[in-house]
Amino acid sequence: MATIELRKVEKKFGDLHAVKPMDLTIHDGEFVVLLGPSGCGKTTTLRMISGLETVTSGQIFIDGRDVTWAHPSDRNIAFVFQFFALYPHMTVWQNIAFPLQSEGQARANIEKRVQEVARVLRIEHLLHLRPKALSGGDKQRVALARALVRRPAAFLMDEPIGALDADARETMRAEIKRLHLAQNATTVYVTHDQIEAMAMGDRVVVMSEAVVQQIGTPAEVYYKPANLFVARFIGSPGMNLVRGHYADGIVYLPGDNRYQVPASWRPALQEALGGQGEVILGFRPEAGRLSSEGALAAQVYASDLHGAYTMLHLSLNDELIHIRTERSQGYHPIGVVVRFDILSDMVRFFDPRTEKAIRRVGSGSPAEEVG
Amino acid sequence: MGGVKATGIFFRGTTTSIRVDKTGIRARIGVAVRAVLAVAIAVIVLIPVVWMGLTAFKKHADAVAVPPKVFFTPRLLDSWVFLFTDRLVLSKPMLAQYPPECTQSWQVCLKSCPEVSRWYECVALENGQLVTGPSKYLERLRNSLIIAGCSTFLAVLLGLLAGYAFSRFEIPGKDDLLFFILSTRMLPAVVVTIPIFLMYRRLGLHDTHFGMILLYTVFNLSLSVWLFRGFIDEIPREYEEAALVDGYTRLEAFRKIVLPNAMTGIAATTVFCLIFAWNEYAFALMLTSEKARTLPPFIPSMIGRGVVEWEAIAAGSLVFLIPVVIVTFALRQYLLRGVTFGAIRQ
Repeated sequence: MATIELRKVEKKFGDLHAVKPMDLTIHDGEFVVLLGPSGCGKTTTLRMISGLETVTSGQIFIDGRDVTWAHPSDRNIAFVFQFFALYPHMTVWQNIAFPLQSEGQARANIEKRVQEVARVLRIEHLLHLRPKALSGGDKQRVALARALVRRPAAFLMDEPIGALDADARETMRAEIKRLHLAQNATTVYVTHDQIEAMAMGDRVVVMSEAVVQQIGTPAEVYYKPANLFVARFIGSPGMNLVRGHYADGIVYLPGDNRYQVPASWRPALQEALGGQGEVILGFRPEAGRLSSEGALAAQVYASDLHGAYTMLHLSLNDELIHIRTERSQGYHPIGVVVRFDILSDMVRFFDPRTEKAIRRVGSGSPAEEVG
Repeated sequence: MGGVKATGIFFRGTTTSIRVDKTGIRARIGVAVRAVLAVAIAVIVLIPVVWMGLTAFKKHADAVAVPPKVFFTPRLLDSWVFLFTDRLVLSKPMLAQYPPECTQSWQVCLKSCPEVSRWYECVALENGQLVTGPSKYLERLRNSLIIAGCSTFLAVLLGLLAGYAFSRFEIPGKDDLLFFILSTRMLPAVVVTIPIFLMYRRLGLHDTHFGMILLYTVFNLSLSVWLFRGFIDEIPREYEEAALVDGYTRLEAFRKIVLPNAMTGIAATTVFCLIFAWNEYAFALMLTSEKARTLPPFIPSMIGRGVVEWEAIAAGSLVFLIPVVIVTFALRQYLLRGVTFGAIRQ
């Protein structure tokens, strides 16, 4: 197993920056997810690690060895493609054996290893078939088996379950996670699906427009987004972000609402805004609590029943926010005014000029922030 | 048809598949109509070939008869002997010098004519001709095989490599280059016969195998590059990339992954290039005379001996068809197979 280190790695296609210089260290056995909307540079980053794409500048180290210009076959990594990329003219057995044959392994040993991984992935009964005959999930199991069979230092996966239908995706997500735990292999996983990223990653690297926005654990990127992009992108729906004016420990919000800033935040806001100024208040839908004595008021705009909970869409003088309510909190018809509070430990503040989160000094270790 | 029927039976009673009606009376009529049409088209297309085949087994008088003879007494050997030999027409007095058993039927001649020892000499004698030596046909056939074979091999090999490069790599001025390659086909080839004739004369390429191989390769290359660019575009890059991370070099990935998946393209391009090089007439006529002359300009020149020997020309044309037919049949399994097998979702 291996560590992967990126130092100021950058990729340009002509004048276009696909990845702006980024630093990233992936620890031994870690499952790191590169997350971002399409075109954000996450796949390019993965391909640079694999050697399928050259870097424009910067260095890549695998296990301390500089592999920046090494051939893909020289990096001891395995790559799982979104569209499987199984060799169509070979049987499943031949597909899985292919990486071993490049090493010139003895036939008996190849047979043994193929059988081993086929057992792990439960595809023993498919070994004689050609890829065409397989279902999407089975194709991806074969692709995983082909990656696994060589016992590489690291797995690189490019949206490996993105091409599957919803059912197979659920199953494969769990299988990949279990496989990772069993193998304890360093894994870099690319996805645009933030739920997948949160569910699978030890750490998540959020990227947008060729820039790393934040690197952190799923909890960190969820609860302590480094900037407005991460706040909006992570979560479904994303974080509620309401523009207001801060002065003297109070944020004046639309609809004549006044939010009393918790004491622990005041020094940070004082410092960041220079006493007073525009600020963006952020909180997750589940941080909102309806109560008749709530400090804030808003009108019900819509209400979606999700089964286990109800998502209330509230209008704060035309600014829409979401609050998650439990069933016991009753039914709220459209148009009525409800009152709510925000859990003080889940509130965040952003500077609208820089779009970055305002950080409290000495409030424990904040998320690793970049940019 | 069997497949359709079996499917219908399989589905009957288990699901309401629309395939059930394929075994109905209307479907059968449809099949019959299509079969009749196919046979009719085949007959129309094959008539010239069949006529050529018939002519190859006629005696000279039947071959040139007006109106043409559909029913005739076949002569199994005449045209073939004419095809492969050069002969002299014997005048009456010269013929009279032979004993009568020598000039009757060739079987009698072979048995009891002491002056002639070879069966083909007997066949010629029966037609009042004396064999003076082998014809040039085999030599021309050899030339055709060498020139068409080598130029096809080169055009396919170079086209495959160029098409791969155009498909996979960033090449400066790629689109312009491709257009330039295509533009070489925009002028009718005959237009450049005279300039090429003069150039070949000056360069000493006139009437050489190398000259003809070069010419046909260049002609076919533009088609070949374009075809292969398209075929290789169809093969997802991920296959090769997977092979690269699986521990192979680019060349190995090309050999083990791209080549097997490009077989359809290779087969189709081979057939196209071969047919062009094999059939080419105008340049072969202009640029070859003796050493490198191919069959197309040679076959119609097999007139002489005072008459057009249509039966020999027909026999020569029939032999001429065989190599292309063999190659096309040998490659047809690749021509019919899909490019990819659905291992990648498109």
